[in-house]
Amino acid sequence: MERRDFIKAGLVACAAGLVPLTGCASGGEAPSAAQGASGKRWALVVDERKLNRAGVLDRIIEACHKAHNVPAIEGEKTAVKWIWPESFEHAFPDIASTYVSEGVEEMEFPMLCNHCEEPPCVRVCPTKATFKRPDGIVSMDYHRCIGCRFCMGACPYGARSLNFDDPRLHLAEIDPAYPTRVRGVVEKCMLCSERIDKGMPPLCAELSQGAILFGDLNDPDSDVRRALAKGFSIRRRVELGTGPSVYYIVEGGEQRA
Amino acid sequence: MLEKALHGSKLYWGWVAFLLVVIGVGILAYANQIQNGLVVTGMSRDVSWGLYIAQFAFFVGVAASGVMVAIPYYLHNYKEFGKIVIFGEFLAVAAVLMAMLFVLVDLGQPARIMNVILYATPHAMIFWDMVVLSSYLVVNILIGWAALGAERKGFPPPKWAHVLSIIAIPLAVSIHTVTAFLFCGLPGRAYWMTAILAARFLSSAFAAGPALLILLCFVMRKLTPFKASDKAIDSLAKIVCYAMILNVFFFLLEIFTSFYSGIPSHTAPLEYLFFGIDGAGNLVPFMWTAVVLAFAGITLLLVPKMRTNHRALIVALIAVFLACWIDKGLGLVLAGFVPNSFEQVVQYVPTLNEILVIAGVYGIGLLVLTVLYKVAVGVRASLEQKPRRDEAAHARAGEEELALG
Repeated sequence: MERRDFIKAGLVACAAGLVPLTGCASGGEAPSAAQGASGKRWALVVDERKLNRAGVLDRIIEACHKAHNVPAIEGEKTAVKWIWPESFEHAFPDIASTYVSEGVEEMEFPMLCNHCEEPPCVRVCPTKATFKRPDGIVSMDYHRCIGCRFCMGACPYGARSLNFDDPRLHLAEIDPAYPTRVRGVVEKCMLCSERIDKGMPPLCAELSQGAILFGDLNDPDSDVRRALAKGFSIRRRVELGTGPSVYYIVEGGEQRA
Repeated sequence: MLEKALHGSKLYWGWVAFLLVVIGVGILAYANQIQNGLVVTGMSRDVSWGLYIAQFAFFVGVAASGVMVAIPYYLHNYKEFGKIVIFGEFLAVAAVLMAMLFVLVDLGQPARIMNVILYATPHAMIFWDMVVLSSYLVVNILIGWAALGAERKGFPPPKWAHVLSIIAIPLAVSIHTVTAFLFCGLPGRAYWMTAILAARFLSSAFAAGPALLILLCFVMRKLTPFKASDKAIDSLAKIVCYAMILNVFFFLLEIFTSFYSGIPSHTAPLEYLFFGIDGAGNLVPFMWTAVVLAFAGITLLLVPKMRTNHRALIVALIAVFLACWIDKGLGLVLAGFVPNSFEQVVQYVPTLNEILVIAGVYGIGLLVLTVLYKVAVGVRASLEQKPRRDEAAHARAGEEELALG
């Protein structure tokens, strides 16, 4: 257990201990909160070779953006993106080299919010509009966001988009199951928390034909942990200490298995 | 005292009218931004802060520089600054106001600004910036107004105002330190990720702010009865000189650390600023202009013959001010986003609408400054017209008080 986790667990335990003392909260809630904080830690493991062979990334992006009412804005300048493809060179500029293998050079890497363990966006948000759920999902309250774009400056992954324009003007059809946003607020991938809360995996994992695994990093028997144990994986910009939760298995995983 | 701002020459009213027109145009441009969103600006997904935030950082500096007059006067009893300290404080008021307005116009959802207080978040630097900026604004209004009111009545300023002036000194340092913390704690933005950012901010502020104050003193010499003494101006000019030398020195430290280590993320923003990357370099002419201005300004300020020659001094001060403006009000914020998270260079060009909004905020700042300076100058002028009678009256009042006590 790391020191930070130890302190966090200690604080949670203190809070849990205080609640019954106040006598005004039901005793049942505190332990579940404690369980949540130390319980799940959701992550995605992307098997790059499988994903590119299946050729499903475009369909995943389309389905994700449609399900979450992500506006389709022309041009890169003010684009809103939750998940999108990048080349190895752009996704991993710090480890890319001129002599990268041809296969990797041609691969498309899905970019999305990394749901960091220590999210800088949460740290800088002045209204807690961006916050970290107990299960590790970095979520947002669109009604609280003031549009200061501090989170966009803080995110080292370029995962956040501002609604420069009214997003509803750029939606062919609106999915009533998911809220739309207003102009002037930031948005990003929420790891399909609305599906996870119903016990379903994120849409990208579901549509990936097994190339994107979803699971709990704290559970040694989960799909993600088993995949990480088997193959060599990389994450984006780990040197920054953000603790990204999206892993990419680039090569060699299934050959040795 | 505010009534002093209601009497003035044709030139005064012409200037006020001009500022009101500029402000009006700015408000219209801002209304357009409210109506259509930040899409009317040049900002993008990759360069998510532009000139608004850059101007914010710059004017926090101008505001903080009030201490360069306050420290010698309040802490070292340097009497020469006695007459200009009020102008330093009123400049701080106008500059803080501008800084806060620049943050406001930058917001995507300005109507929700109160969320920063409703959901106060101590781990967010903006929260602290809001706290220190608003305190600094209030403190400077109180000090300036109390000092001027006391001067009008011929009394020394009240004790609480003196206490506040002392408190204002660390507060001034804090506003620019916290503003630097907004930038230098962001992982992945190598250009801002430097421990001396706050020191750089302060040194550039202490150069640009007093430079502006001296220039304003020259304007007042020409247009008003208030004549700042040559000695006060020369002392301030020395402060500008050494602060600017420090500022350039700090910048050279950045250049050494970046290029000697050769870490690409640290060299890239500087390369972008001074040489451009892959043909993208719309800030290159500005940065080299700043280099020339900075060295020209320092040279003129260092040579006593030049510094005391007011024509040369004015040129030097304008050079220093512009160099600081380019470095902080332009390059610092924009280069922080280059290259982006995907090692691509995306450039930012402000739109006309954005520039008009900025002009509007400048207009508001200048109007507030004009009114405050007019009041200060007016109060002093009316004192000089009837000094004897007032002094006699106060002496009598004092005797009566004693008699009653």
